[in-house]
Amino acid sequence: MIFQGKQKIWSDYQKDIPDDHYFYVRSCIRQNFFPASEQTFLDIVHNRLGKDFYETPHHTTCGGIAYHGEAIPQETVMTIIARQFALMTESGYENYVCSCITSFGLYTETMDDWRNFPELEAKIREDLWKACRREFKVPKYLAHASDVIYKFRNEIAERAKFRLVNKETGEPLRVVEHIGCHYSKMFPSKGIGGAEYPYVLAGMIESWGGEVIDYPERRHCCGFGFRQYLVKANRGYSISNTYKKFESMEPYKPDMIITNCPGCPFFMDRWQYVIAEQTGKTYGENGYGIPVFTYEEVAGLVLGYNPWDLGLQIHQVAVEPLLDKIGIPYDKADKYKGKNGKLLRVPEYPMNIKCC
Amino acid sequence: MIDFGFALTPSATLQIDNLDNKLFEQLRNIEPDVAKCMACGSCTASCSAGNYTELNLRKVILSLQRGREQDTLNSLKSCMLCGKCNIVCPRGINTRHLILSICKVYNI
Repeated sequence: MIFQGKQKIWSDYQKDIPDDHYFYVRSCIRQNFFPASEQTFLDIVHNRLGKDFYETPHHTTCGGIAYHGEAIPQETVMTIIARQFALMTESGYENYVCSCITSFGLYTETMDDWRNFPELEAKIREDLWKACRREFKVPKYLAHASDVIYKFRNEIAERAKFRLVNKETGEPLRVVEHIGCHYSKMFPSKGIGGAEYPYVLAGMIESWGGEVIDYPERRHCCGFGFRQYLVKANRGYSISNTYKKFESMEPYKPDMIITNCPGCPFFMDRWQYVIAEQTGKTYGENGYGIPVFTYEEVAGLVLGYNPWDLGLQIHQVAVEPLLDKIGIPYDKADKYKGKNGKLLRVPEYPMNIKCC
Repeated sequence: MIDFGFALTPSATLQIDNLDNKLFEQLRNIEPDVAKCMACGSCTASCSAGNYTELNLRKVILSLQRGREQDTLNSLKSCMLCGKCNIVCPRGINTRHLILSICKVYNI
């Protein structure tokens, strides 16, 4: 295909995402923060889109948290990654898809280092062989799970039961998209839209009927920053970053936030509670916060999944006002019911931020 | 209000148009090594006085660069000139001498 003008410029910001046959690795922290997201993702790609996604119980963390927290050296993290690649090779796959943005950044960094320093790759191959007698091929394609949802966003829109539209007014919902820093800022060419125009989430929002909000601190970090949060003495920096972002988006009155990183939805969700408790300020309508979602949760909502099966009761900020706005039905009595209808413990209500 | 053990920090916006760094330029003329500082904080981590007082050389240098010397200069009075920071500086800055030069230029 011959691209010209703006189409040509935009084609430079695209990336190749394979159509099918993926080796999938989960995220260690997402399992705790938003446990239903990955399950929803796999259900969508397996049962709704009919794609071949393979995952193995033998895979481990990528080591990213420890690496960015300066607890383990780069060689260690590379050997962990080499083992993941070995599992992919042994399973007969070439397309590697990870659920975590930190992992995505780390895999990209590692593969780039190996390209530039082949002797380092040789050393890691030797280390891996000594450690567990495994060999690996470098993946042909590396994609983040949000790239896959982005690729099939129109198929999801065709099967959608709900759209990101206010059912009363018919207006599109005003959505803030927040891209994980390690997705587009480390190796911009590896993300859709690069660092300047990241389009992975904006594309989903537009396909599913919402309106993307542009605001001054749109590309600012969520505030996680690894050491900024992990070291308690630095946690003030973490929450101050999030505060800056919310202050910047507040005048644009967003209805919801979509993210593609494990840390971002957690911090943007939980810090709203902490900011409310520390300053009394809330950013949503009528004393509520702005609900923050992972892209899988939004895809699930659009496709008509039960909100409580998506794990939305685990969010700090209440999601019910948004569900009402879109017109998604839910049963209040089921909110804190676990599997087989067993009632889980109901959390206490916070003082300054309204919850349902 | 709940005490979480950490709090929001005020925004540190610097108005470059209003920045008065004449004194810092004067300091840099007599102590060019001050420009080598990468704010790693090794000096602060090794500082005996810093354990018991507000003294933080990393913070002092940053505040001088930003023309906000009033924030930190007084803390230099706690320095005992022991020179431990001198030994650990990865950039090889003669921090002990730098502290004396700061006192001279900023008249403390």
